[in-house]
Formats: sequence, C-alpha cells, structure tokens
Amino acid sequence: MTLILKPAETFRGDYTYRNSDEAILRFPFPFPENIYMYAVNVEPHVRGGPTAAYDAVFDIDEHYVGDMADRAITLAEDPLRCQVLPHMAEAEWDTLELLMESLSSDYPEHFTLTKNGDEWHWVNRPLGIDEHFTFGRRETLPYGPFEYITRQVQGDFSIQDQRDGTLYMDGGMVTSQADWSLNFDIGMNFHEWHGPVPLAHEAGVFDRALQYLLRLQHGKPVRRLNWTLTANPRLDTSPENYPMWGAEKAEISPENVGHRMCLRVEVQTLTRLPRSNAILFGIRGYLIRLEELARVKKWALRMHRVIRDLHPLIIEYKGMPRYRQFIIDYLASFDDGTVLNSGTAPEQDSL
Amino acid sequence: MRLVLGKIDVLGPSIRRFTLSPVSGVLPVAGAGAHVVLEIPGPGRVWKNAYSIVSTPSSASYEIIVRRVEHSRGGSAWLHDHARVGDVLEVQAPQNLFPPSRTSRRHLLLSAGIGITPFLSYLHVPGLSFEWHHCGKAEDAAAFAALLPETVTLHTGRNTLNLAALLAAQKLDTHLSLCGPESFMDFALAAAEHAGWPGQKIHKESFGGATGGAPFIVHLRRSGQSIHVGAEESLLDAMEAAGLVPPCLCRGGACGECKLPVLEGVVEHHDHYLSSSERAANDAIMTCVSRARTTEITLDF
Ligand code: FES
Repeated sequence: MTLILKPAETFRGDYTYRNSDEAILRFPFPFPENIYMYAVNVEPHVRGGPTAAYDAVFDIDEHYVGDMADRAITLAEDPLRCQVLPHMAEAEWDTLELLMESLSSDYPEHFTLTKNGDEWHWVNRPLGIDEHFTFGRRETLPYGPFEYITRQVQGDFSIQDQRDGTLYMDGGMVTSQADWSLNFDIGMNFHEWHGPVPLAHEAGVFDRALQYLLRLQHGKPVRRLNWTLTANPRLDTSPENYPMWGAEKAEISPENVGHRMCLRVEVQTLTRLPRSNAILFGIRGYLIRLEELARVKKWALRMHRVIRDLHPLIIEYKGMPRYRQFIIDYLASFDDGTVLNSGTAPEQDSL
Repeated sequence: MRLVLGKIDVLGPSIRRFTLSPVSGVLPVAGAGAHVVLEIPGPGRVWKNAYSIVSTPSSASYEIIVRRVEHSRGGSAWLHDHARVGDVLEVQAPQNLFPPSRTSRRHLLLSAGIGITPFLSYLHVPGLSFEWHHCGKAEDAAAFAALLPETVTLHTGRNTLNLAALLAAQKLDTHLSLCGPESFMDFALAAAEHAGWPGQKIHKESFGGATGGAPFIVHLRRSGQSIHVGAEESLLDAMEAAGLVPPCLCRGGACGECKLPVLEGVVEHHDHYLSSSERAANDAIMTCVSRARTTEITLDF
C-alpha cells in the first residue's frame, strides 16, 4: 500500500496536527492490561504487530513532512539538539546506511538509494532532496552523516558506544523528547542517564536491561514502548523550552482536555550497528489527542482504567497530578464496564 | 545465510585463508572485531566454529583465517582436509564480541598464534593508533609476516618479547588488547597486573554466548511431554520444535518472561534475571538460555 503523506501540519502555535482515521487505527497503543507497571518490556523488533505502525523497521507516517519541518525549526533555534562525540564517526556512517537502506526498501515510492561502490545517490522525494555523495567522506555531505540522515527520519535518535561493560550516550538527534536533554545527558553512561526514574531501580529493572542490551546482536533489533502525556501535540517538550510548554499544561481544563491532551507513545528501537558495534537507539514518538483515541472503544476504556489506578510515584514522575482527574473524568464517560481482552490491538477495522 | 567457498589460500603449513561469498544477495557488514559462526558438517553432528572476519567491513565476501588444530577431528580439520572451492556452508550472521575501544588514544595489541586474526580487522579502522606485537612459532613466521604491515613487531624466537619492559614503557592513556591461546593471555594478564595496569583498560578476546551444552531430557508435567534437548539448541527452541508455545519475550535471559517452575533435576543457570538466592533455590529456570545439569529435568508446564 502506498503511503499518502499530508501537507505539513504544525506542532506548535496553532497546532494543526490531526490524525486521520487510518492514523488513529495504526496508533501503537501502549496498554495491554488495565494495570500499568514498569517491567523490561523488551521484545524482538520484527515486522508486524498489533497495528500497522509495526510494519516497517523505521516507520514513516502521514505526518512526515510537518514532522521534519518542525525538527528543522528546533535545530535552527538550538543547534545543540544534535551532537556527536568525535569517536563515533563510524557509528554515524552506520546510522546513515541503516536508515537509507530501510527507508528505500520499505517506501520505494518516496525514497531511493543507489550505490556504486562508495559513490552513493540518495533521493528523498517528499523533502525534495537529491544528493550524490561518497560514503565515508563527510565533506561530501552538507551535514555530518548522522545529522544529515536524522533530519530526514521521524523520531529522535541516539548512538550509544559500548565500552567498560556499559553503554554511553555519545551522540544524538533529540528534538521531540519527553522532557530530557541531550546536552545534559551526552557522554553519560546507562545508569547515569536513567537516574531519575522512580521504582524501576528497586526492581533491578535497569541492571537486567543493561545486561540484555550489551548482548544485543547484529541483525536482531529489539523494541519497547514508553508513554507519557503532553498538553497539545507538541514535539519539542524539552527542559530548555519548559517555559513555552509548561504554560500550555496549565491551561488544560475539564472542557478542553479531550481536544488538547495527547497521549504520547514512544516506540523505542535498539539496533546493533555493524561497523562501530555501537547501538542505535530510536525513539519514535506518536501523538494522539484523547478525543481521537476515544474513537477506539477498547482504548478509551483501557486508558481510563490505567490512569485511574496508576501508582502514585508514576503519577508524579509522569508529571500529571494536576490534570489527571480531568482525564479520568473525560474517559470515564466512555467506560461502560465492559470486560476487555488483553493486548493492544484496536479490535475494530474502521471508526 | 548460505555462503560459498570462493578461494582457499595456503598461507603456511597449518594456516589457510578461506573466502566466503553469498550464494545470493549481499553480505551483512562486519566491523572490526566481528566473527562469524560456520556450521561445518561432521559425522553425525554439525560443528559450530567461530572465526574472526579479517576482510574490510563492506567487502563483497568474508575472509577468515583458520589454523588446523593438532589432533582435531572437528571443524578446522574439515576445513583443511575436505573443504573444496564451491562448497556451500551455512553461516550465522556476524556478531562482534571484540570491538576496539574507540575512545582510547593509543592501543597496545598483543597477540599470539592464530590470535592474530581479530587484530587484522582492526587495521581497517580509520585513525586507530596502535603498537602491535605478535608472537608465533618459527614455522609460521613467513605466513604471519605476509599478513602483517611493517609497523608490527613479529616475535618468533623464545623470549624476544620483554613484556614487563614493554608495559612499563606505555603512556597512561594506552588501552591493552590481548588475543591468543589461554596460556599466553594468562601470562600477559599477569604481567599487566604486575605492572599496575588498570582493569578497565584491558580487554581480551572471548567467544561466548552459546546457548548449547550437554544434551538432556525435559519432562513437562502438565503437558505430559518428554522432549530431548540437543547439544546445539536451547530448551526453549526444543519446546517450540515440539509444538508447544512456552512464554518468552527477549530470548536472551533478561526479561524474566520465560521463567518456569522446576519440579525435579538441577538447573545450570545462564540468565541475567534470577538473583543468586533464586538460583540457589533451584526452583525456577529461564528456558531461553538455561539448561539442565542433570541428564533429566522436570518442569511445571
Ligand atoms: S525470554 Fe526473556 S528471559 Fe527468557
């Protein structure tokens, strides 16, 4: 099926971002059960899943053009959102190769990669890019290879160097983060950058996750989901720009919660890179307004129950004490007490 | 993937280089330090041997260098005595357990014998600054000399490498990498320790992570099945092959999903999930990586 891309929508200011019916039905809803708790919810990143968002290795959707335009705005305001330490040069080329190959094979109508030895030709039709360059020679590209390609792929990315029995965040493109900062975290190791998450440490979750990631194999990527709530479909919810989006959070009211409040889901993928042995960490974010999500009955009910019964520490960490009751009240109006199947598939073909 | 033997070069009396090309499609990129596992046919079984890839990362074929292990009846003997150009082998995708430390300004590489191979792949890393000493038997001197750039020091006589002096002469930011026979590595590690070398600045080659081990029989109490788990497969694989759908997620011993209660038998734990007290209790097994230490084990499934 050919992917139809929308003209650029906005993720700030007037927030014209909307999900089509198809986009709603393919949303990677994160709650398989009525109770949410941290766990090492890692699984092989293979094609196919509960919705079409899992069909490609790196998913491109209808919001692509606007998403990339928003990234360009953020980078123009703050170039430090993309940084790579010098020893990660091979990982940069690894990333470029992986993303170009994935996109051109999954979406041939939009992207084409032609290789002639190290002379490569890349065509990105939606963004009007036609580039001839030499693989391995950064001076032949307008940006460093990592920045060049991640300006053209939805989702944030970081590259993790593996050494001394841990992973170091030694590079990244981070313009749509859920309240964390590349400039603060760059160069940190696995336990340092996971420092602020409550509860999880006690369960030993991170030690196990790290041991697992250190053994991540070439050709066997894995994924996990994470979620948070965002006021308005804003991609750039960085700590640096808190004054901008913090105020929008304060404007959430019982009347506008369904329209403005968004569930933000990250499909996080981890891929071993072959030349550098680094790990590419992709954080592909999806935004859905609660009123859009509520059109899928199972999701409205499930989300109501999850938010209502959330552990107090998670409520605090996710930053939702003030408007949580508005969300519960809004979603409660959909919840008729139906017993739900476990799993996240929408269980309906149309809206 | 299936690879065809394209070329066999005789480098020395017991050292040969094999070139492997894809039967179809392109090869996965293999970076510095990566190895492949070859499935080598043997009488009544398959040998799974790991060999470092010495060719450049994006070359169209993999090159490996194999020493014929003395008295071997296994993989290296087959490669030396029976392999022919045109033979097709099943090869597992490359993995990397020995990448160079890219944050280190300088590298001291010490290798012996066939331990030369992973460091040959390091030569392809742009800008890696290293001092490399290689030790080998006199009979292999010509073979090794042909493989090594001139900057590498080759030691073929006894005691020509003064390890203590070499280690003492290194700058503080040097990273030490070792590859060779166990006895060589023990010797070099002891010398490094004696010289006060910090542990995080040493790394050595170790092929590991295999899921195999001694075969055993698993009895599944609730499903009423008894299944033979072969030397080369995991308990989880064997259960799935028998048509069961046991729980699993990561298949790597981390997530805890595949944990099953143990009713009889002793577990050999290989996971990263159970705590040491849980291991000692011997009442649970992670089927994706762990095995039985006893010839039979009974699980509640
Ligand atoms: S499947 Fe995750 S620990 Fe076995």
